Amino acid sequence: MRAMINDDREAVLEVDNLQVRYPTASGDIVACKDVSLQVYRGETLGLVGESGCGKSTLAMAIMRLVTPPGRIVQGRVLLEGTDLLSLKEGALRQLRWQQIALIPQGAMSSLNPVMRIGEQIADGLRAHGVRQSKAQMRERIQDLLGTVGLRASVSDMYPHELSGGMKQRVCIAMAISLHPSIILADEPTSALDVVVQRLIVQTLMEIRERMSVSMLLIGHDMALQAQVVDRTAVMYAGMIVEIAPVQEIFSSPRHPYTRLLVESLPSVKRRKPLRVTEGFLLDLRDPPPGCAFQLRCDLVSDACRSLEPTLRHVGPDHHVACHL
Amino acid sequence: MTRALLDVRSISKVFGGGFLASPNRVVALDGVDLRIPENPATIVAVAGESGSGKTTLAKLILGFSKPTTGQILYKDQDVANLRGAQLLEYRRQVQAIFQDPYEVFNPFYKVDHAFDLVIKHFRLGANGANPQESIRTALQMTGLRSEDVLGRYAHQLSGGQRQRVMIARALMLRPQLILADEPVSMIDASLRAMILDILQRMRQEQSISFLYITHDLSTAYQISNRIYIMYRGWIVEQGETARVIENPQHPYLKLLIDSVPIPEPDHRWDTQISVTGTGGEEERDAACRFYSRCPVRTERCLAESPSLRPVAGEDHQVRCHLS
Repeated sequence: MRAMINDDREAVLEVDNLQVRYPTASGDIVACKDVSLQVYRGETLGLVGESGCGKSTLAMAIMRLVTPPGRIVQGRVLLEGTDLLSLKEGALRQLRWQQIALIPQGAMSSLNPVMRIGEQIADGLRAHGVRQSKAQMRERIQDLLGTVGLRASVSDMYPHELSGGMKQRVCIAMAISLHPSIILADEPTSALDVVVQRLIVQTLMEIRERMSVSMLLIGHDMALQAQVVDRTAVMYAGMIVEIAPVQEIFSSPRHPYTRLLVESLPSVKRRKPLRVTEGFLLDLRDPPPGCAFQLRCDLVSDACRSLEPTLRHVGPDHHVACHL
Repeated sequence: MTRALLDVRSISKVFGGGFLASPNRVVALDGVDLRIPENPATIVAVAGESGSGKTTLAKLILGFSKPTTGQILYKDQDVANLRGAQLLEYRRQVQAIFQDPYEVFNPFYKVDHAFDLVIKHFRLGANGANPQESIRTALQMTGLRSEDVLGRYAHQLSGGQRQRVMIARALMLRPQLILADEPVSMIDASLRAMILDILQRMRQEQSISFLYITHDLSTAYQISNRIYIMYRGWIVEQGETARVIENPQHPYLKLLIDSVPIPEPDHRWDTQISVTGTGGEEERDAACRFYSRCPVRTERCLAESPSLRPVAGEDHQVRCHLS
């Protein structure tokens, strides 16, 4: 599906018909099935879905970091017009971190426990060809830490001396260190307390402003999406089922799954009754024919059971994959 | 006043700082009082972030560790003094469900093993009782069918199913109190209501009280009757849930409520929050535990420890000089 871009927005990242499969002894698991989306310059696109929907796999696939035996079987990933999937490893490495950076899930737990923070950042910079004197590097790192709201002294600390929020900010600093055009952040605040989460989000927003960086924010917290992103893509069982400006997602969700996500959100402003639904474990090796959501959908019809819906244009900048 | 089901009296828990230990003395709980009445069955929420002491409190109530000072009374009996048959009875009446629905299962066994252990430990097969029937009934109460779940390994079930199996395991013992420590934080947002609904139904249908420990104010607001807000070992605000959440008094609770993302794109965070506090000596020794992060602190807060005081004479108390 080609996006109907009827304005002059420029896509920094364009994913076309991406499919990722994991072969298993009992059949291929289709983790991402015909995924297409764009991230425009200067925007933050949110990607939400429940565990196992394929959102992390998508992020890894965009970076071409899918772990074998998983493989990308079709599609294109255009970064500033260049198809990442057709590049040789060497050329790809040049682009990674410099043009596109990933803050993977659980990044803060992946910091090297026996290296000081400054050294780790320097390590990353040097690995990408930055050649500077010790003094220049030190200054550069301190500036970087300042950008994410950390004191210069953090550079000499070890990860265990930092709080969760501080470690996550170090990971953000690493991601922006080479001024990429786009950052993919996979669940950047999941393990953090709500006040720290707000701080981190604030930091990400400041960086977006200051560095004009585009962002793909992956998560499962719809409320956070409401506060942060410009548009949201909703993913279910490896497919994008709806994509629209975030206000639209909340005010007029068109896909039954999106509606479910929006309606089941508790709020601290209003005491809503519980909205109970059943979950179903879909076997991604052998999904039912037709729409993957049919087992949970209260509006399911015969068409849903035989024909798989694809993304259709239903409103300004609003696409839904649903027959209804 | 009715007898309390659970009466936590002035509990303190201090780690480290002993005679030969390092100077890193951590006061995890400092004079905490909490009460769950015997009637009616109540869902009591304890809300706080990491470092608030809520997990330590859970461990003390479950008897996994002993308080440094203070008492925990269950139906007027000091939990620390329970032995033998009395302790077993306590363990039957006070059950727990935890955050990680995967970790709690031994992956080597099918999930039936969790039930078998309970049956064996509490001798549920004695006196001609049919434990298999108890398992089936307990699973049904959580909306699961035995045939969908028994005979499988943990990894073959979804997170929501595993958590419901754990709840069923607890329900099988017909407890009076279930301590639920972050029972839905690892469950997908759209499926949390299903689990929380079970807790509410169990309160209504089985008269089971719950101690719902969480960092998520939204769900605490949705399902609890009473709430205690914890910060660094203190209870800083408490009362009837709707009153506390709708009319927060303590600066920390206000900050917490403001930081919860509201699911409304038209109402975004408009103020910046900053990392307050330089962590200097004077701030660390301040009488009020929230001093270093408090946006409205005064000289008095540095010198004098606030105590819990009523708010407008209602079922609502706050620990702050300025309310």
